[in-house]
Amino acid sequence: MQAFLHQLLSGLATGAIYASLAVALVTIFKTTHHVNFAQGELAMFSTYIAWSLIQKGLPYWATFPATLAVAFVAGVVIERVVVRRVEHAPVLSVVIVFIGLLVICNSLAGWIFGFSIKAMASPFPSDAWYGSAYLSAHELGMIAVTLAVLLCVFLFFRFTRLGLAMRAAADNPESSRLVGVRVGWMLALGWGFAAALGAVAGMMAAPVVYLEPNMMTGVLLYGFAAALLGGIDNPWGAALAGFIVGVLENLAGAYLVGTQLKLAVALVVIVGVVTFKPAGLFGRRLVVRV
Amino acid sequence: MSRGAAKIVGLAALGVVACAVPFVASSFHVFQLTQIVVYAIALLGLNLLTGFNGQISLGHGAFYAIGAYTTAILLDKVGFPYWATVPIAGALCFGVGFLFGLPALRLEGPYLALATFALAVTTPQLLKVNALERWTGGVQGLLVEKPGSPIGGVLDADQWLYFLSLGVAFGLYLVAWNLLRGRTGRALMAIRDHPIAAATMGIDTALYKSLTFGVSACYTGVAGALGALLAGFVSPDSFTILLSIHFIVGVVVGGIASIGGMLFGAAFVTLVPNLADRISQAAPWAIYGAVLIAFMILMPTGAAGFARAVARRLFRGGNQPI
Repeated sequence: MQAFLHQLLSGLATGAIYASLAVALVTIFKTTHHVNFAQGELAMFSTYIAWSLIQKGLPYWATFPATLAVAFVAGVVIERVVVRRVEHAPVLSVVIVFIGLLVICNSLAGWIFGFSIKAMASPFPSDAWYGSAYLSAHELGMIAVTLAVLLCVFLFFRFTRLGLAMRAAADNPESSRLVGVRVGWMLALGWGFAAALGAVAGMMAAPVVYLEPNMMTGVLLYGFAAALLGGIDNPWGAALAGFIVGVLENLAGAYLVGTQLKLAVALVVIVGVVTFKPAGLFGRRLVVRV
Repeated sequence: MSRGAAKIVGLAALGVVACAVPFVASSFHVFQLTQIVVYAIALLGLNLLTGFNGQISLGHGAFYAIGAYTTAILLDKVGFPYWATVPIAGALCFGVGFLFGLPALRLEGPYLALATFALAVTTPQLLKVNALERWTGGVQGLLVEKPGSPIGGVLDADQWLYFLSLGVAFGLYLVAWNLLRGRTGRALMAIRDHPIAAATMGIDTALYKSLTFGVSACYTGVAGALGALLAGFVSPDSFTILLSIHFIVGVVVGGIASIGGMLFGAAFVTLVPNLADRISQAAPWAIYGAVLIAFMILMPTGAAGFARAVARRLFRGGNQPI
């Protein structure tokens, strides 16, 4: 029972990472209807930036907002410079451009920071009072940070003018443009937010999976699984599904398929959801007018 | 000279060069040429599916892996002759591709890309599974014996494998060309361009789409089988997501929905790593990434489309190719 509880709770902790990544994916999907294959690699690159800032001697909690800011700007720039040009291109072109971004981030990280595995310290000391046998201090910290960030995102979209404008631009670009919302910039801001959310996921994941250029490939797959399971146009569904996928992965790895086939859980969830329930658990069914 | 005649002369010249080069090149260069031919077969398979039928696959590395492992297992564990393993690998991949194509019928655009992406990321882990280690060799993989040349006096083993691959590639190109220029090809492209209109005209879209998936996987599986014979070993870490991205790069550079361009695309992905490796280990991939984005924004028809545009300038008139 104790072992089971431990697996369950640490599943929630990894689920926190998937939840932030899934919300980032949903943010981009909602605004542009693109599935961002480069999300994981962008997060990985941001994590490297955090790592090098820490190497320079900055304290962790100063690095955290700095990295989010860098990631935000990078996201906006990528949208303005690259993604905008294929905004109305066929799906194939969009997918290929994202794969190009993925490859570039991956190789640049290897080029600049090297391919060797680096350890990144956790900001939560391992002997902190809130650590326990069930949930280490870092795991609890991950959950807390993710929930706090998601709360900020919620407050932003619910209570600010800019958040309202962004939701309007995603919902109905033509009408928003008519009432004076600058839709193009709203999409770029959406990209910025997604990149910053990804950076949170990367920085929380790094102490667990270690820092190396391919660290996010597996994590991204779980992020996709969570986004689809929650319904790809519903951020709260995706966040909840992130925790569900984390628990599912951990329990399946411990009791069902073994650690070797953990990634296959993501594959099964992805193929299962898109085949049998494309709208996910909390999404709306997309109906297209011919 | 008319366009048709120019085309025939060009193809004949390419054929003569392709047959002559292995006799003057070093055995390493023959190895590279064989690799290009093998990749061209895989790219042709992927392009049938993605370029002509509009189903995006980011996971063709998985079918390449199935073909390679089929050959390795049949050679090493069962003792089949090497030439018999290639069609078996193709047939097996056709079956697997057809079955994967059935759920794929319900997936459109980015969703199919996502599902195949997941397949490609998972492939190395699936190949390492302990339960199959007796057959797959686990993390270590399997050694594949290089086939000897049956006409040892004329061709050495490398040259023999080159001509074998060239022959297979030529046959598969003819099949693809025949498939695409007739009724079937028109149906495939109609489904790509407007699935609903295609269905209204009486095209069985479900059947065509899953058959295309099967044929495409079959091509890539045959390439995988030849690739295993060429490389001399198979191991899970040769079949990561990067292999699938390799194929995408080749198709984009050669030209989406072109079959001639695939040879150029294959040459590009084989030779760029050799040239760029000297700068940095990461350089080839940085180049690939830049090329993917630049082609999509500036030259979406790839090298073949560019060549066609030049040819149209030179030989005005004539009918438009597909």
